[in-house]
Amino acid sequence: MSKTYKIALDKLPELYAQTAENRNLYLPIRRGGTLNFEAWHKDAAVDLYGLKTANTPKDLFLPQSEDLYTIKMDGTNIEVFAREFFDKPFAIFGIKACDIEAIKVLDNIYLSKQPVDMFYKARRDNAVLISLACNEPKNACFCHAFGLDAGNPGGDVTTWINGDNLYIQGQTDKGSAYVEEMSGLLEAADFGDLSGLQANIRETAQNLPYAKLPLDKGFTSEDMMAMFNSEQWGSFHRACIGCGTCTYSCPTCSCYDIKDHDGGDCKGVTRFRCWDSCMYPDFTLMAHGNNRLTQKERFRQRFMHKLMYHPMNYEGQFGCVGCGRCINKCPVSLNIVKIIKSLAEVKEDANA
Amino acid sequence: MQMPDMLIPQVGIITDIIQETPDVKTFRVVDLKGNKAFDHMPGQCAMLSIPGVGEAMFSISTSPTNTKYMDFSIKRVGALTNYMHDKMNPGDHITIRGPYGNAFPVDDANALKGKNILFIGGGIALAPLRSVIHYVFDNRDDYGYVDILYGARSVADLVYHREIEKSWAEKRNTNVFLTIDRPDDAWEGNVGFVPDYFKKIGFSTDKVVVMCGPPIMIKFVLAVLLEMGFKKEQVFTTLELRMKCGIGKCGRCNIGDKFVCMDGPVFRVDELDQIPEEF
Ligand SMILES: Cc1cc2nc3c(=O)[nH]c(=O)nc-3n(C[C@H](O)[C@H](O)[C@H](O)COP(=O)(O)OP(=O)(O)OC[C@H]3O[C@@H](n4cnc5c(N)ncnc54)[C@H](O)[C@@H]3O)c2cc1C
Ligand code: SF4
Ligand code: SF4
Ligand code: FES
Repeated sequence: MSKTYKIALDKLPELYAQTAENRNLYLPIRRGGTLNFEAWHKDAAVDLYGLKTANTPKDLFLPQSEDLYTIKMDGTNIEVFAREFFDKPFAIFGIKACDIEAIKVLDNIYLSKQPVDMFYKARRDNAVLISLACNEPKNACFCHAFGLDAGNPGGDVTTWINGDNLYIQGQTDKGSAYVEEMSGLLEAADFGDLSGLQANIRETAQNLPYAKLPLDKGFTSEDMMAMFNSEQWGSFHRACIGCGTCTYSCPTCSCYDIKDHDGGDCKGVTRFRCWDSCMYPDFTLMAHGNNRLTQKERFRQRFMHKLMYHPMNYEGQFGCVGCGRCINKCPVSLNIVKIIKSLAEVKEDANA
Repeated sequence: MQMPDMLIPQVGIITDIIQETPDVKTFRVVDLKGNKAFDHMPGQCAMLSIPGVGEAMFSISTSPTNTKYMDFSIKRVGALTNYMHDKMNPGDHITIRGPYGNAFPVDDANALKGKNILFIGGGIALAPLRSVIHYVFDNRDDYGYVDILYGARSVADLVYHREIEKSWAEKRNTNVFLTIDRPDDAWEGNVGFVPDYFKKIGFSTDKVVVMCGPPIMIKFVLAVLLEMGFKKEQVFTTLELRMKCGIGKCGRCNIGDKFVCMDGPVFRVDELDQIPEEF
């Protein structure tokens, strides 16, 4: 394990400033009551004590909308201009365990299989992920159910708020290099100082109302068809209005659309991609029909993908990380935890 | 040339446009240097696009043995396809990216190679089959007897009609069976749907079946195939789902643990029992 350091909390602005010297720095900033990862500046209202940001770090790797390339049209002649996609190096500070795991989910989708997504890769290569242990996991958090440890959130660098200090530890080569770069501001610390804090965090996370989910029942590949065919899908979706809020607020949802917009002078077209949602009827609409005709099928797709298809493709890694954002934001209070529990009950009944 | 990202297309030129049926045209495409834009295998697809109009996936209907150009047979159904039908002329540019998807297992001795093959097609879906059919004819000694059963709504709707009669039907050890849905004075051949005609002909089961068509036709033909003693393991087909990226990322073509743009569009029919019936 690499060395542990600490810095007094009141010296953090110096750490931010030094970090931002060679890269962009994004961290949780509160603006108009909303907490989000935003670019740091010296007057920014940094808030390390808010639990979850409204938007997720996903935005920094897969922006809601991004240009892919431009095309010049001259009569019927076409010229394609690939875009420079090598953005500046950046660091994201304050990522919680769930959102770190979510980036691993995205890495699997975008990087682990050929062809990799070069836009995503360029940003990932440029990024240092600095996580922060959750001091107080709350209500809708259920990262524990997926085996995540809010007290040891990982990333390239892990940090903990412990008393009056921020503890810092490099986890990867990239992370250790960053810590080294900051060493002038840091003093050596003892990892053992964190044991009480970590134990507290784990204790809290484990005892949250949603923390214990029967994910060992009915969520393996042999159960896929049975789960897909469960009659419960006929009722789960009833309240769903198909707004897509759950997909837009999810740190792992990564489906996108590709569209064009006019360059303005009518001679150029910019092709861009933007987030899309399996909750929308036109997501799968084709000339010869739609293979997911009603909200029942669309709703089922979202949950089957997270809980079954993604794990089948990526060695059991769930596509949900238990951040609870969709639970908090769904306008009709639909809740993935209740769905997991009901689906597992079917399996239990079948076994009985 | 391979662009740095598979989402970024190259520019192609339309060299020829052939009116196949009232609503299907075949577009011949080469790259800016006049060469084939990229290599592919039978069954693979490409994304064609006109900037500002749309981008969509189409089967490459020529065989890899054709090293000069690629054909796409395209039915008018929406933004891009209407534009291509109404506005495009030989010499015009188009963007093209690919190839996408798996291919028919033409070189696999456990699948198609060395076997008798029965091709069954309906309507525009003869396009992906044409790629395999050309491949088989260009490597004729590697395959056994070939039967081609193809149906369309009317005589006018038979794509590649001339080519089928003049070329395919003349090949050695090859039988062609055509059918149209409704009677027509100018037609002396069979009238009736593909599954019924199939039953009437009564093929023996010593062959592999390669079948493409509208989902409803596939369903009925498959029922007849099984009734006649064919096994699902002997039958290959393609799925068509909405696609955007073609590289397994945008999520649109996902069914079960499969992404049809990567794991398909070609599937052996028994494999389809392992995924939810959302196609
Ligand atoms: C693997 C594969 C191979 C294929 N091969 C071929 C082939 O060889 N030949 C061929 O002709 N086709 C082929 N297709 C089908 C072709 O990709 C589609 O027909 C494609 O949609 C045509 O694009 P378009 O822009 O003309 O149609 P679109 O404008 O996309 O319209 C298609 C349909 O969707 C509807 N639609 C689209 N967007 C919306 C919206 N936002 N709201 C409401 N309705 C909407 C339209 O009304 C229309 O009915 C293939 C598809 C796949 C996946
Ligand atoms: S599905 Fe809901 S709880 Fe799970 S990761 Fe997405 S937003 Fe968070
Ligand atoms: S947020 Fe709720 S209502 Fe909206 S699409 Fe998701 S489940 Fe349906
Ligand atoms: S078309 Fe994007 S995942 Fe298949």
